[in-house]
Order: sequence, then C-alpha cells, then structure tokens
Amino acid sequence: MSALLEIRNLSATFATRRGIVSALSNIDLSLAPGEILALVGESGAGKSLASSCINGLLPRNCRISEGEVLLEGQRIDNLSNKQMEKIRGAQIGTIFQDPLTSLNPLYTVCQQITRTLRAHRYISDADAQKRALELLEEVGIPGAAQRLHAYPHEFSGGMRQRVVIAMALALRPKLIIADEPTTALDVSIQAQILELLRRLSKDHGASVILVTHDMGVVAETADRVAVLYAGRIAETGPVADVLLRPAHPYTQGLLGSIPSMERKLARLPQIPGSMPGLTAIPQGCAFNPRCPRTADVCRQVRPEAHLAGARRVFCHFAEELAS
Amino acid sequence: MLRYTLRRVLQAIFVMLSVGFISFSMFTFVGDPILHMIGTEGTAADREALRNALGLNDPLIVQYVSFLGKMLTGDFGISYRLSMPVSDLIVERLPATLELAACAIALSIIIGIPLGIFTAIRRKSWVSQGILMGSLVGVSLPTFVIGMFLILIFSVNLGWLPAFGRGETAMVGNWSTGFLTTSGLRSLILPSIMLAFFQTTLIIRLVRAEMLEVLEQEYIRFARARGLSDRVIWFGEALKNTLVPVMTIVGLQMGSVIAFSIITETVFQWPGLGLLFIQAVENADIPVLATYLVLVSAFFVGLNLLVDLLYYLVDPRLRGGQGAPK
Ligand SMILES: Nc1ncnc2c1ncn2[C@@H]1O[C@H](COP(=O)(O)OP(=O)(O)OP(=O)(O)O)[C@@H](O)[C@H]1O
Ligand SMILES: [Mg+2]
Repeated sequence: MSALLEIRNLSATFATRRGIVSALSNIDLSLAPGEILALVGESGAGKSLASSCINGLLPRNCRISEGEVLLEGQRIDNLSNKQMEKIRGAQIGTIFQDPLTSLNPLYTVCQQITRTLRAHRYISDADAQKRALELLEEVGIPGAAQRLHAYPHEFSGGMRQRVVIAMALALRPKLIIADEPTTALDVSIQAQILELLRRLSKDHGASVILVTHDMGVVAETADRVAVLYAGRIAETGPVADVLLRPAHPYTQGLLGSIPSMERKLARLPQIPGSMPGLTAIPQGCAFNPRCPRTADVCRQVRPEAHLAGARRVFCHFAEELAS
Repeated sequence: MLRYTLRRVLQAIFVMLSVGFISFSMFTFVGDPILHMIGTEGTAADREALRNALGLNDPLIVQYVSFLGKMLTGDFGISYRLSMPVSDLIVERLPATLELAACAIALSIIIGIPLGIFTAIRRKSWVSQGILMGSLVGVSLPTFVIGMFLILIFSVNLGWLPAFGRGETAMVGNWSTGFLTTSGLRSLILPSIMLAFFQTTLIIRLVRAEMLEVLEQEYIRFARARGLSDRVIWFGEALKNTLVPVMTIVGLQMGSVIAFSIITETVFQWPGLGLLFIQAVENADIPVLATYLVLVSAFFVGLNLLVDLLYYLVDPRLRGGQGAPK
C-alpha cells in the first residue's frame, strides 16, 4: 500500500531577531491511507509546526529549509499559495485546538460551510445549504435543521468543535490534521469528539494526524505514534509497541519507567529538566542533558534511526533499551 | 433588545439634560439678560418688573424646567447681536454645515476604507508605505494649513475653484442647498477636502490596524485551512469583522466633524453654524452659544445612540436572544 502522506527529511527554520534558528530537523514520517498517526511531545516540541508544514500554513517567519512533503506521491511543499488553496480543505482538512476562536463570529454556521464548499466547487445555493445540513447531521448536532442558521456563539464548546469538524471535512479530505482538537474542551466531551473523529475517518477512509499531549488519547485513538522532542523525532512506531515497550529514554520518561497498559496512561509525567529552546539545542542527541542513559557518544553524535521491530528509535542505545 | 435600547435612550436623555443645564447656566449666571434688553437707562424698578415678567425671580428649578420646555418647542431665545430668533438663525445656517459635513464624511469613508484595506493586505508594497507616510502628514499638519494650501493652489494659482462662500444656493422648502447648482457644488469641493482630511487619515489607520488584527485571528487561519482564497478571506471573512469597530469610531467622529467644521468654515467663510458660533463668541451672544452647545451635543448623543443600536444589529453576539446559547 503506497503512503498517502510522506514527509522526507523535513527541516524548518525560523528567522528571528537572533538569526536563523532550526525548529524542525530531519523529520521522516509516512502515513498510510486510513491510518491515524499521533504526534506527541512536550509543549514547544514542534508538533504544530510539523502540521503546518503539511498544510502550508506556516508562520510568516518560518520556512521549510530542507526535505519534501508528498501527498499521494505529489510534492506539495513547493506549491504556490494559489495551488495550495486548492489542496487545503479539499484534500487536507485541518482542525484547530480552540473551537471558540476557530469560527467567524459574524457569520452563521451555514454561511461558513457554504463558503467552504464554494471555495472548491460550483454549487447552487440550495444544494450548498442541503449539503451543510447533511454535514451538521453527520457530526451529530442535535436539531441540525433548526441550528443551521445559528451563529457560532449560540453553540456550546463541544457543539462548536463538531461544527468545526463538519467544516474541515466538508469536502471529504483524505488527510485530516487535528491539532489538539480536544485540549480546549471539557473532559466529559473530549471522548465524544475523539470518537467522532475516529468514526468519520473510518467512514471516509481518511487518514488522521492527531496532535496531542495526552498519552491516554494516543492509546485509545491512534494506530501509530511519533514522539517529537526539540523538533526531532525521538521514536516512532505502532502505538502498542511504543506505549508498552518504549525504546527511547525520552519516551520511557514520558510514560513513567515501568510502562504498562494498566497503569494510568494519563498526562505526560514530568521528566527532570525542561526541553531546550530552539536556540539552545545541545550537540549530539538533543535529549542528552536530561537522559539517564547519557554517554559520551550522546554528547557528540546525533543518533541515527535504529530499527527495533516495527519502531524507529533515534537513540544510540536503542537495541539495548528495546530488548 | 428593548431593555438595551431603553437603557441607551435613558442615558442619552440624561446627557442631554446635563447639557441643557450647562446651557441654562450660561443664560442665568453669565451676564445679565435684563441689561441686554433694556440697557443701562431703565430704573431698578423697571428692571425688577421685567425680571418678574420673564420669570427670572422664580426658583431655579422652575426656571430650568421652563427653559427646557422652550428648547423642546424650538424656542432658543433672541440673538443679542442680530436681534432675531436663534431658531431662525439655525434654520438658515444648519443646511450649510450639514451639507459640508455630509460631503466630508462621505469623502473620508469612500477614500479611507479602501485605502485602509489596501494598506493592510498589501502591507509591504511601496504604495502602502506611501499612503501611510501621507496619512502621517495628514494627522500632524493643522487642518487650517491644509485649507490654506488648497486655497493657494486651486483658487489663487489655478483659479479653478472658489476660495470662499457657498456659491449659489437653491431653496428646497426651508432648506437652502448647494447641491443643485454648479457653483454650489464647486464651492463645496475645497472645504469638504479640508474637513475630510483628518478624518480620512484617521480612518485609513484605523481600518488598517483593525484589519491586520482580524487577519491574525484564529478563524482566519481556519478559513485558510479550508482553502478559502485570499479574496474571499479579505472581503468575505475579515472585512465585516474589521468594519464593526470602525463603524463605531466613524459614527462618533461625525460629531467631531461638525465640531471641526468651525475651523473650516472660518477659513472658507462658509456661512454655517461654525461661523455663526465664532461670531457669537466674539460678541458674547449667549443665546446663540447656548443653542450651539445644545445642538452639537444633540448630534453627538444622537449619533452615539445610533451607533450603539447599529452595533447591536450587526453583531449577532449582542443579540443573543432567539437561539439562546446553550
Ligand atoms: N513565529 C515564531 N517565531 C519563532 N519561534 C516560533 C514561532 N512559532 C513557534 N515557534 C517556536 O517553534 C517551536 C515549535 O512550536 P510548535 O507550536 O510547533 O510547538 P508545539 O509542539 O505545537 O507546542 P504546543 O504543545 O504548545 O502546541 C517552539 O519552540 C516555539 O517556541
Ligand atoms: Mg501546538
């Protein structure tokens, strides 16, 4: 099965007042059709940035300095903004964290969905409206017909995120990027939204990149996981492998030292120290100052990918740690 | 909606009552109206009789209420200087000022909003930089200097447009308009430009700042993520959000356009309220001053009210009501 999305050796830099800083470094990822990939890591690890590299909505001062992004075998990282407009929404749907700010306060839900449809195809008013209603029903808005012409502020947070999902998926994109879609929501609603995402991706055969902090979410939702640290991949592989037998000391730290599915895989526990800022990434392995296993080689040589079963682990001691 | 409106209206009434009181105080405490009427010759008894006849010996509160009553019926007293009812003077002068203000406001909106949008969406272009530089000049240069330049160039040097007055006017009912004659229209051009100058630069900067802020909002990012084109994002998603706050300020600025017009009317000898006011100041013509005060305040308050209500219509979040947020 050929990959839907492939990210090859991707690096991105920020132009800051203190010069060019590297924000993502040599990221390799691929995503099969229908697959759900979780991107996890501490705040500032580059999860959102990696998603922005895919949909092309990079911050103004950021650019891709190396590598390529391929969607169904076609490069999309070097397309013009006009060409990307055709892809965004139609082939790549993006859901952001905060449903309160994701919707335009001055237009009705119907107007905003219609506009999305119109951006990509010719469609009559009546058809667009009918389609908008179907979409709202699909994401489980109760009384969708009455709420079609409501304004965003008339919906609760969870309902708004459903509306956001309906809009992002209006054109049945094959790839869905969900950047912490539940972080801003009530705990009681988070599971429903994730369930909805999972159901829709299954129904439409869409792949999902799910950015999250929450290992519990990863365990329940994703097929594969990539752990990011300081703009680099630490470890990637099937969820069961990575969560049950993490091979990278950082992943181990994230999960606690004796991981097991029974243990509560809740929020990321603290690892001593904090992740370096972009300007202070250490030489060698970026994790070495915090790593319990650190050795001389870690301070000098950046680790290559080591294959450990179905996982790729960026650690000099991967084989040893994995066994 | 009803409660909101009611509160606004009550506030407006309160403000107008306060302004009425200030204007009433001008009558009562500044100078002696009796002196103005019978001069210094009359005996003390004469004066006292007139005081009684005019109700000037009544308790202040009674005087105030009767003053308000008169104002409401359009009786603003007699101008000391021109010995004619102030209401007649106002009717005569108001059209000139309103027409000038309307032209200036229209001009500043028609020019200011598009330029503001342009400078926001083409931030880096030379044209934008130029417009912003120009608007800085507009803000910092006193308006009368601009008026002088306009007169110097277009009236004195080129001789294209009149330098003062309204030109010929036509009467439509009680309203003398300059819109219906060529000379009236030509006379409007320079003063309108002068009066619009400051407002235009203000609107450009305001629209630009608002638009830039709106374009940074998450819902714009989400709109981009859905593949909406730049044009749709600018004019469909962002513009309305930009104009809501702009509308408020522009609405309130209309009041100050009328206030500013004092300078413009002086420079161009424009026979409007502003000129009337200046002449009244020179002659301590209290009835005219007091009326001007009340009138301009009424404009401000009325506009304020209108803008608030408009806001309410445009922004669904304020309306809330019908869909009852869950
Ligand atoms: N405009 C910018 N200029 C400079 N640095 C930036 C800019 N935006 C983000 N960064 C930096 O890029 C890095 C990656 O940011 P990113 O938003 O991708 O993190 P994240 O993993 O999504 O974190 P979070 O979990 O907090 O969302 C961070 O170190 C951040 O400080
Ligand atoms: Mg993020």
